[in-house]
Parts: sequence; C-alpha cells; structure tokens
Amino acid sequence: MQINKSNAVNTIAKKPSYFTRLKKDYKQNKYLYFMLIPVVAYFLIFYYQPMYGVQIAFKNYSFKYGIWGSPWVGLKHFKGFFDSYYFFRLLRNTLTLSLNDLVWGFPAPILLALLINEIRNNSFKRIVQSVTYLPHFISLIVVCGMLKDFFSLNGLVNNIIQQFGGEPIQFFIKADMFMPIYVGSNVWQQLGWGTIIYLSALTGIDPELYEAARMDGANKFRQIINITLPGIMSTIIILFILRTGKILTVGSEKVLLLYNPTIYEKADVISTFVYRKGLEESNYSYAATVGLFNSVINFILLIAVNNLSKKYTENSLW
Amino acid sequence: MVGGNHMKVKTSIGEKIFTFFNTLLMLLLMVIMLYPFLYVVFASFSESNQLIQHSGFLMHPLGFSLDSYIAVFENRLIMSGYGNTIINLAIALVLNISLTSLGAYALSRKNFMLRRPIMLLITFTMFFSGGLIPDYLLIRALGLYNTRFALIIPSAISAYNLILMRTSFENIPDSMFESAKLDGANDFTILLKIIIPISMPVVAVMILFYGVTQWNSWFSAYIYLKDRALWPLQLVLREILIANNLDNMTTSADNLDKAALAESIKYATIMVATLPILFVYPSLQKYFVKGVMIGAVKG
Repeated sequence: MQINKSNAVNTIAKKPSYFTRLKKDYKQNKYLYFMLIPVVAYFLIFYYQPMYGVQIAFKNYSFKYGIWGSPWVGLKHFKGFFDSYYFFRLLRNTLTLSLNDLVWGFPAPILLALLINEIRNNSFKRIVQSVTYLPHFISLIVVCGMLKDFFSLNGLVNNIIQQFGGEPIQFFIKADMFMPIYVGSNVWQQLGWGTIIYLSALTGIDPELYEAARMDGANKFRQIINITLPGIMSTIIILFILRTGKILTVGSEKVLLLYNPTIYEKADVISTFVYRKGLEESNYSYAATVGLFNSVINFILLIAVNNLSKKYTENSLW
Repeated sequence: MVGGNHMKVKTSIGEKIFTFFNTLLMLLLMVIMLYPFLYVVFASFSESNQLIQHSGFLMHPLGFSLDSYIAVFENRLIMSGYGNTIINLAIALVLNISLTSLGAYALSRKNFMLRRPIMLLITFTMFFSGGLIPDYLLIRALGLYNTRFALIIPSAISAYNLILMRTSFENIPDSMFESAKLDGANDFTILLKIIIPISMPVVAVMILFYGVTQWNSWFSAYIYLKDRALWPLQLVLREILIANNLDNMTTSADNLDKAALAESIKYATIMVATLPILFVYPSLQKYFVKGVMIGAVKG
C-alpha cells in the first residue's frame, strides 16, 4: 500500500504541465502549427467574430459606435419581437414550411433508394441515378426561374389545368399555394441526391441475410421490413437528427426568390424577416435579435434530439 | 422437391410484377426530373412569335431560331457576369483547396496535441453561427463590401469539406508519413510531394464541391455587391428570371416582337448558364458520389 501510494505521487509529480507538453509538441510538430495558423484565423474571424458580434442583439447598434461602443438596452429587442404581430406569424410559417419539408422530403429518398436497390439491370440503374441526381446541381436561381415561368398565369401548369377544363390559378398571389410549390420543388431538387447515402449504406448489408430470409419463405416486402430497413436504420437516425436540428431553419434564399409582399402572410419566414429588417431597413440590432433567437432554438433542438437518440437508440452525432 | 420448385416459380412471378411496376415508376420519375430541362431546351430554340402563342407541353422546338441566343451573347451584363464568375471561381478554388488541405493535413495527424480542441472549434461552427447581421457587419468592417473578395474570402473553407478531406487523409497508412519523416522531409513537403499526389480523387471532389457552390451562389453577391460591373452570372440571372428585368436586353424590334423575344431570351439565358454544369456533369458524377460516400463514413 505504502509503496503504491508513493508511486502514484511520483507519477503525478512527473507528469509535465499542459504548457510544458504543448511546448514539446510544438517542437515536434512545428509545421503543423504553421499550417493551422491561416485555418484557425479563418474560423476565428468569419465564425467566432460574428458570434461575438451577436451581442448587438442586446444593444442599440450604430455604425458610429461599433459593436463594443453601442449602448446596452438589455432584452428590449427580444421583448419587442415576442410582443410583435410578426412573432407568431413567422414561427407558424417557418414551422409549416419546414415540417412539411421534413414529412415529404425525408422519407422520399429512403423510399427511392429502396426501389433503386431493387433494379437488377445495372445500366438502367446507373441511368436512373444520373437523371435523378441532376436537379441537385442546377442553381437555385434557375430552379426558381423555371418555377416562376411554369407556374405563371400563362405558364405550362396553367395551360394543362385549362386543357382539363379547370380555371387558371395565380400561384404566386395565392398565399396557400406557396407551401406546396416550395416543398414540392425541394423534393424535386433533393430526392435523387438524397439517395446516395442510403444506397451506400445498403451495400453494407450482408447478402446472406437475404438468402436466409428467402429460404424461410419471406417475400420481398418482409425482407425490406426485416432486413433492409434495420440495416440502414442508424443512417436514417443520424440524418434525422441532423434534420431536426434545422427544424426552425428555413433558408432565406429560396423564399426570397419566390415570395412577394402579397403572400407574406404565409410565405414570410424568420430568415427572410431578418433579411428585410436588417439589410433593407438597417434595423441591425432588432434583426440580430431575431437571428439569435433562431440560432439558439435550433441549437437546443439539435442537442435535445441528439440526447434522446443517444438514450433510446445509441445513435449520436458526438 | 416439387414444393420447392413451386415456391420458386411463385416468387419469380411476384418479382416480375414488381420489376415491371418498379421500372414503370422509375421511367415516370425520370420524365419528371428531365422534362423541365427539355422544355427549356425546346423553348430556347423556338421562334419567339410561335412560342408566345403556344400553350401546353412542348415536344420539339417550334420552328428554329437562334435569335434569343444571339441576344444573350450580345448582352453586356450577361457576358460580364460570366467573366466575373470565372474570375471568382479561379481565385476561390486556389484559396479553397490550399487552405482546406493545410487544415485537413494538420488535423489528420494523430500525434498532434491540439487536434481535438481545434476539431471541436471547427465542428461547432457547423451547428451554431452568429447569423446574417453580424456576418454583414463584419464584411463591412473588413472593407470587403462591394469587392469581389466578399464572395471569395468568407467562404474560403467549408467545415464539412475540411472534415471530408481529413477523413480521406486519415486513411493513408502511417508508414508513408513515417518513412518520409525519416528521410528528413517536413510536413509541408510531405503534404505537397506525397499526400496531394496520391489524393487526387479527393482533391477532385473538393474542386467539384467548392466549384459548384461558387458557380451557383448568388446571395452574398446580392447583399454585398452594389456595383453591377462586379455581379456574377447568377445575380444577373436573378435580374432576368426573377425580377423580370429585361429592359436592356431587347434593343431593336417593335413592342410585340420585343415581348415575344423577351420570353425566349429567358430560356436561352437558362441554357447558357446551365450548360457548363450539364456538360461536365456526366463525366464527374462519380466524384460527387465518392465525396458523399467519404462524408458518410464519418456521419
């Protein structure tokens, strides 16, 4: 006992301090430190400086005094935002778009991957993949340009509606039409590309499992339920966690390109509101407040869902 | 024996029916994915007068005319947009690839003491950010506002791409690094002379990911560039396709022809802006897929 104890004391005393070890590491890996200077500088300047700058949410920002010098106002902007007419509308629209996007956009690539996986003819399989990946590479501007054209009053979609005897619809003036157009085109853009990750997970499933199931007389549907889905379940869960962390994020870009003031009631989301308040009306502090509210909620959601998944499924991001 | 045979036939009939409907569904899906582009192709080559009177699906060009393409190539804003995008792309790629490989290399070394804390610093930025307004104020404070560097420097490194490249470097056997070290090579030399040459596939993936992002990006340009002469192609496209601003596009011709031509110019513009991507896409697709796969290993 005595000897052991003194040994332990000795090793503690011998273990060099963090700083000494760092110095030694620097001597050994000097070039790695040089390599990381521009990289770390980049992340500090372009990611961590804005996190420091977000304090203007608690200030009245003016260019004259800068981030540090502008006067503190506490939670005034938060209170203003929560009490405003916009708060509920933005929350509702953001959630409506993103939940619908989740409900339609998340299972679709899984389903398609399962179907592609069943194609036995390899060259047909490759063609299907190439064609369905394609929309992912088309620029958002072009996608939205095509949407505006096809769904315009004299556009292709209305032509078809009229040929079937229907009344033409003013898609971009009817607020209720915004969600289907937004979500539908998102699915169109991302459906094929989203299958890649599942298809690669599918190749990892042991073919003997299918062989055994066939021996037991399990049909295709049972094989999918009992072998295929469990085989890609961890991929599905990880992607689902990542997706949930973004449940209150509806990117401003596509909405900005598609909406107009007549349909703000249904189409205006948190990010587009931040854009208008901040960059069009120069109301920097107020806009930063709304943005910060959004980031914090997203981050909390991500952590919560990740912890739930860790607890119940042993899948986790970190 | 007989029972076994019977079962085999039964499943194969079921499978045949499934394969038939699956093939049908896939064909339908491909039509949905491709037809919008085909419509644009047909419309762009159509006679604008016929196009404006037409309604419904297009199965071929209506007549044949290159007028809209001529108008596009005569348009100064589109051409300067093209030029700007190419210049930005070239500068950005040099910066993207060099910084990303430096970071990926250093963070792939397992004996490096700061590996974990710096990875944490970088990964955190994927999940939390200051937001649009602090970003905007930063760009102004740095003097990047209304310069092309506002589209290049703030997107110099993507955390996702860096992690992807690092994963690929980690899979290179340690012995390669050690033998080079024993020969007296330093880390810069190892990266440049050994690692990059054997990692060309992942470098290709990086060039493609960064390249397509830069080619397609418009929002930074929209908020940071006031000067039209600096506009990249996508922002010019936005003006034509979204804001419907074709005033300076059509020069001669009377009003009716002008309206008709304006419609087909839109389609030609989409073609001209999308062709480079459609052109390189088939040959590079496997690299894109490879990129997603490497990323998937680490989740």
